[in-house]
Amino acid sequence: MRSQIEGSRAVAQAVALCRPEVVSAYPISPQTHIVEALSNLVRTGELAPCEYLLVESEFAAMSAAIGASATGARAYTATASQGLLYMAEAVYNASGLGLPIVMTVANRAIGAPINIWNDHSDTMSQRDCGWIQLYAESNQEAVDLHVQAFKLAEALSLPVMVCMDGFVLTHAVEEVDVPTQAEVDAFLPPFEPRQVLDPDDPVTIGAMVGPEAFAEVKYLMHAKQMQALDLIPELAAEFSQAFGRTSGGLVRGYRSSDAETIVVALGSVLGTIEEVVDDLREQGVKIGAVGVTCFRPYPLEEIRAALGHARRVVVLEKAFAVGVGGIVGQNVRLALSGLPVEVLDVVAGLGGRAITKQSLHGLVADVLAGRLEPGRLTFLDLDWKLVERELERMGRGRRSGPHAENILRDVGAVAAKPH
Amino acid sequence: MPLQPIKFYQAGSFAVGNRLLDPDQRSVQARTERSNTLTSGHRACQGCGEALGARYALDAAMRATGGRLIAANATGCLEVFSTPYPESSWQLPWIHSLFANAPSVATGIAAALRAKGRTDVRVVGQGGDGGTMDIGFACLSGMFERNDDVLYVCYDNEAYMNTGVQRSSATPAAARTATTGAVGPEPGNVFGQGKNAPLIAMAHEIPYVATATVAELRDLEYKIERAMEFRGARYVHVFVPCPLGWGSASRDTIRIARLAKETGLFPVFEAEHGEVVSVSKIRRQVPVEEYLQPQRRFAHLFGDPPRTDVIERIQAGADRNIRRFGLLEGEDAATDGLMRVLAETDRGPQ
Repeated sequence: MRSQIEGSRAVAQAVALCRPEVVSAYPISPQTHIVEALSNLVRTGELAPCEYLLVESEFAAMSAAIGASATGARAYTATASQGLLYMAEAVYNASGLGLPIVMTVANRAIGAPINIWNDHSDTMSQRDCGWIQLYAESNQEAVDLHVQAFKLAEALSLPVMVCMDGFVLTHAVEEVDVPTQAEVDAFLPPFEPRQVLDPDDPVTIGAMVGPEAFAEVKYLMHAKQMQALDLIPELAAEFSQAFGRTSGGLVRGYRSSDAETIVVALGSVLGTIEEVVDDLREQGVKIGAVGVTCFRPYPLEEIRAALGHARRVVVLEKAFAVGVGGIVGQNVRLALSGLPVEVLDVVAGLGGRAITKQSLHGLVADVLAGRLEPGRLTFLDLDWKLVERELERMGRGRRSGPHAENILRDVGAVAAKPH
Repeated sequence: MPLQPIKFYQAGSFAVGNRLLDPDQRSVQARTERSNTLTSGHRACQGCGEALGARYALDAAMRATGGRLIAANATGCLEVFSTPYPESSWQLPWIHSLFANAPSVATGIAAALRAKGRTDVRVVGQGGDGGTMDIGFACLSGMFERNDDVLYVCYDNEAYMNTGVQRSSATPAAARTATTGAVGPEPGNVFGQGKNAPLIAMAHEIPYVATATVAELRDLEYKIERAMEFRGARYVHVFVPCPLGWGSASRDTIRIARLAKETGLFPVFEAEHGEVVSVSKIRRQVPVEEYLQPQRRFAHLFGDPPRTDVIERIQAGADRNIRRFGLLEGEDAATDGLMRVLAETDRGPQ
């Protein structure tokens, strides 16, 4: 049913429609509205049978999901930022054990400095943890990806992370078509586990594995992710057939098939990028966009096919590998290896800094004018004055103080006397 | 079996009990239908107290649940020696996830069973003192305060044995470990640190908390079976000597466990809803030297000259336990739980 609804609430309803039997969650902004709504759905009996566990940490949330999933229950949790890091050990354990848990991550920056706003540092830090990672462009897609995620996870016995931008999506109220129970039931069959803790057929799960078999077990994790590259488009097609709209898949192009310049991005910023593409197309600039919906497994062939014809690719990403550069950018370069396509890494939107149309127009102008240095990381809208002042302070002596507080004082965003 | 009067202390010793008891009062291990939950062939050291404790605890839990049991195990010796796959020793559905999360995994299992309406199947979480009292303590406390339907068993051998005998918060004062060496002016673990996990469990006011040792295996079985009579969070803390880590003879595991209780160093008791309901009395009080001397981890106390000052401090700790829990006969405290059960039957004391 179409309605004006907050992203978190819509996702909570979609998750409930998937009939999870155990939800375990620990509150962290900006994930809270999702787990609050699910708690109410369980308390009122609208979601039943379902056990909702109010655990004491994200580590416990994922651990309880592991226990529940291994007992054959459909298990769900949600987190963000520090919470994802706090549960990281269990995140790797869930994928290593091959348990089809679905988790929403309301993308948020990682501290220090502590920051509750959106970027992709959290999920990018877990990109190689063995979970499938799907990034939603809109709240409608976030809803639809959850319905697909349970089916995908259970088909492969692998956990799936649905990533949606914190606040930008989770707290945005817009029109979303939340499917009906009958529609979801028709699409998503009951959970049939590949492995289950059952007194009638006792198994040992989580045994010690030495050098004689460890590589083979790990290879199977990789092989299953590779299978997902086939399964994800199939599920997206099946979803489209059943629900009458397109959501999910691996990568999605926007006016990119004849583009000379293509902007690559993940998540909600694609909406802004597409508007900028439309503006520039009107001016005759051959530009397009490619959204990466599935970042893990990495759809190398599809990305090569989507970008290979371009002259240059601008990878706009909300996270970066400190001391190296772009993360998505490195992956894009891998997909384009051997092709004469210039790849420019641009970091934007860190810690919730708005990525505006104006900034993007400026960026594209710089790109087209050749003002971006290839091989060098570009930070969109970086306030160089602030950085230089702090570097200067550091140069003056050892005890220059904490960066964050120094820069905030310069910005004047805190009540403090000038230094 | 003909009725045969037995003396209270004989049943209490658990050494002669089985032959004299009705079949339905015999120990779980003495029954032909015992489940061998942790079956033979595993790789525990000779004289491993943890293997013995786990075998009795889980067989008793299996008996109490009619074999409808799932176990969640923390990383540690018990996990490593039992599952060098494909040689799993576990004859029940068993999962190992991580070091710190066994209580939470057990919570998830219990939630899944509840969601599926499987009231017949019960859950046990288990781990060593490090996994339980240190790294897993937040998960344990969370499981307790939510009163999740889990029995958690801690096998306490007083240090990180799996990684090579490093100090944990269960390591006693003066004990030598790899990180509290018998070097410097105050050799061994320092005084005034460590925590009492059973008392902290009681502070959560969960339905059942008990301590036991592998010297009194009938008592351990009784406490596990008693624990399974409750729904909600339950905690059984089992004292399990470690010959390797403690530097004691493999044949002395039972003796040392008994001495821990008889000195008062390890109080054996039961509590329900935060209140002590029974204590196991010391039958023959012994000075702490008798407990300390057979263990090389305390060897530095018995050099030339001996550290009588340190031994006195340890004795003072034992004396405090004796006063606090009323461990001596005649002192005002509840009777031993197993004794009470036996006394309430016609097999009782004469």
